[in-house]
Amino acid sequence: MADINNVFDISGRAMAAQLVRLNTIASNLANAGNLASSEDEAYRSLKPVFETKYADEVRKNGIATAQAVDIVETNRLPEKLYLPDHPSADDNGFVYSAAVNIEEEYVEMMEASRQYQNNVEVITTLRTLMMRTISMGK
Amino acid sequence: MKSIGDHLNFHASALQLRSRRNDILASNIANAATPNFKARDLNYDHQIRQVDGIGPLKATDSKHFNVAVKNPHQTLFYRQPINPSLDGNTVELSVEQLEFSENSLRYQTSLEFLNNRIAGLMSAIRGE
Repeated sequence: MADINNVFDISGRAMAAQLVRLNTIASNLANAGNLASSEDEAYRSLKPVFETKYADEVRKNGIATAQAVDIVETNRLPEKLYLPDHPSADDNGFVYSAAVNIEEEYVEMMEASRQYQNNVEVITTLRTLMMRTISMGK
Repeated sequence: MKSIGDHLNFHASALQLRSRRNDILASNIANAATPNFKARDLNYDHQIRQVDGIGPLKATDSKHFNVAVKNPHQTLFYRQPINPSLDGNTVELSVEQLEFSENSLRYQTSLEFLNNRIAGLMSAIRGE
């Protein structure tokens, strides 16, 4: 992992982490209504695992960024529906609906996009300050 | 006689400290969603006093011991959350955004002071 030196590393990587989060939310929402013929085949919602990456090992200088280190499948049980006419129904006439809570995903989507925006805002502000610093004394 | 460096020194140090604090606040905002992250901040007032030599103990004689903290990282502190969250994260976006906007404004102020001093020097050099 490369060093974390400036705000472009800090906020840029945090934005990448938030994008991973938004991608998992998109996958979850896209698969929300899916039906499967067994419990194992049913889709389960994916969640990213965030971790803080410090610029120095001893955490002295307070500079850190976020990283999505892993994406895990939640262990929620898919909903069992009795639909004997469904083509993918099992022998007993059950289908298994994807274990995705749509409301929860919406809330998380809003939070992720808000935090993405915050990081963009930080970069924009600091970039402006840098530009002004470069033209100092002119 | 004061050198040009001395003339600009204070605001240059202020600018450096503000920039460092901006990075720390950016780190806090970047980690707003990371569980167990503890928000940190820089005690600017304390730090700038050390740069300026106006601390509680001032070394005015060569025989005085310099008691100023040499390590610039020691004055980082952890932020106390107003509403602690369940995941152990102490970043509060409203607080961080407020501090960030204040800090960047003050950075611009220091920059403006520096610019004015440079402009003053330039007009003195030109003799206009």
